[in-house]
Amino acid sequence: MKENEVPQDESPISKKGSTELVYAVDENGKMTAVQSKGWKPKSEIQYQNLEHLNQLTEQARQNVLEGKCSPVVYYMELHKMDWQTLAAYMKSWTFFIKRHQKPSVFKKLSDKTLQKYADIFEISVDDLKNFKG
Amino acid sequence: MQSSFQHKQAAHCENGAIVNLLQNKGFTISEPMAFGLGSGLFFVYLPFIKVNHAPAISYRPMPGQIFNRLAKHLGIKIKRRKFSNPQKAQQALDENLKQNIATGLLVGVYHLPYFPDEYRFHFNAHNIVVFGKENGRYLVSDPVLDYTVSLSEAELEKVRYAKGALAPNGHMYQLERIPEKFDWSPAIRKAIKKTCRDMLAPVPIVGVKGMRMVAKAIVKWHKKSGAVKANYNLANMIRMQEEIGTGGGGFRFIYAAFLQEAGEYLQNDDLINLSKEMVEIGDKWRDFALEAARVVKKRSNTENVYQVLSNQLLHIADLEESFYKKLKKAI
Repeated sequence: MKENEVPQDESPISKKGSTELVYAVDENGKMTAVQSKGWKPKSEIQYQNLEHLNQLTEQARQNVLEGKCSPVVYYMELHKMDWQTLAAYMKSWTFFIKRHQKPSVFKKLSDKTLQKYADIFEISVDDLKNFKG
Repeated sequence: MQSSFQHKQAAHCENGAIVNLLQNKGFTISEPMAFGLGSGLFFVYLPFIKVNHAPAISYRPMPGQIFNRLAKHLGIKIKRRKFSNPQKAQQALDENLKQNIATGLLVGVYHLPYFPDEYRFHFNAHNIVVFGKENGRYLVSDPVLDYTVSLSEAELEKVRYAKGALAPNGHMYQLERIPEKFDWSPAIRKAIKKTCRDMLAPVPIVGVKGMRMVAKAIVKWHKKSGAVKANYNLANMIRMQEEIGTGGGGFRFIYAAFLQEAGEYLQNDDLINLSKEMVEIGDKWRDFALEAARVVKKRSNTENVYQVLSNQLLHIADLEESFYKKLKKAI
């Protein structure tokens, strides 16, 4: 990549007013550090990825409203977590945490466990118990 | 309070932390040099570990390795500490700051408020340098940004105690002892040899062989799990490759810069020529990312897109294999 080929496309990072540093070849054939606003293909993939995760969250929201799974699933998706990550935050095993996706199991959870979830998701226990979508 | 701290932007967080920590001790080292001496170029494919539901692909060694290797090659001593108790972690950091010691931290990216949403994933191996505390807020030099930021105590605790894969557990590090004079030549030789060994390792998931395995997996993802899943995996691979300089394309250019600097220092023309070759390989990685982005966006009109991508990656693996063999001889 030549210095003048360094992409300067709008990107998530440029919207925050920063740049990223890349290395490119200058006109004398030397490597040099250049600030770049971003690269379109990369940003597109990032948007696409976020879009995909938003779809998962939306799907989870529907499922919770239809009573197919517990709010834990929705908030997990909302925070871009997977079961392993959530289990690590809960300091528990994936096997136990996964069971909490069943509405029947979720209903029986103690307030202490619910409080733990609420803290992780930065919501109140009430939001968890009475899911409004 | 450290008002004299100078922040320098870097392409990759770990190199950046090294450069910033050393610079504030009065040692100037360029980012490519730090990356090269830390043998930062790497590749590993871990199909049995899932990150955000996609198989893990890493273009760099384990977090902390770049710094450790650099330290070993240059004779620097680093002090690393982890804390099970967040309060103790904060105390230790505060004490360091009182003594004006800039401190490196490993943190989770997800809870960093100054990053855009697109970057915020549960990735727990980001490096930042804390260099002061003002009005209860920590002054943070995040190497990938071109300005410094600040975090509240609660925010910093949250990122230091992010959970999940590679949980940092309050990990902090600082420079303990720096030799009076660096011995560059042997360090450069050792570091380059290490990189060649890594990339040519006779292990199926590591280095050039790892790339070949991914190339084959791309076709398999499509056949076995359909286009949606294959695209998702690909997107994750490209994100790993290009995001915040943690990846393939960008790393090749940094390494090329390192080879050039090393070549000039050792007066070795072979290294300078190889640096040019590395730039070309870096361009190939970028082409690969571009093509993959097209596939993910379903804009590619080529038939058998996954096979094409796979072949592209195999080609890169071939180029790199011969590259490292040459590099091994040149040193």
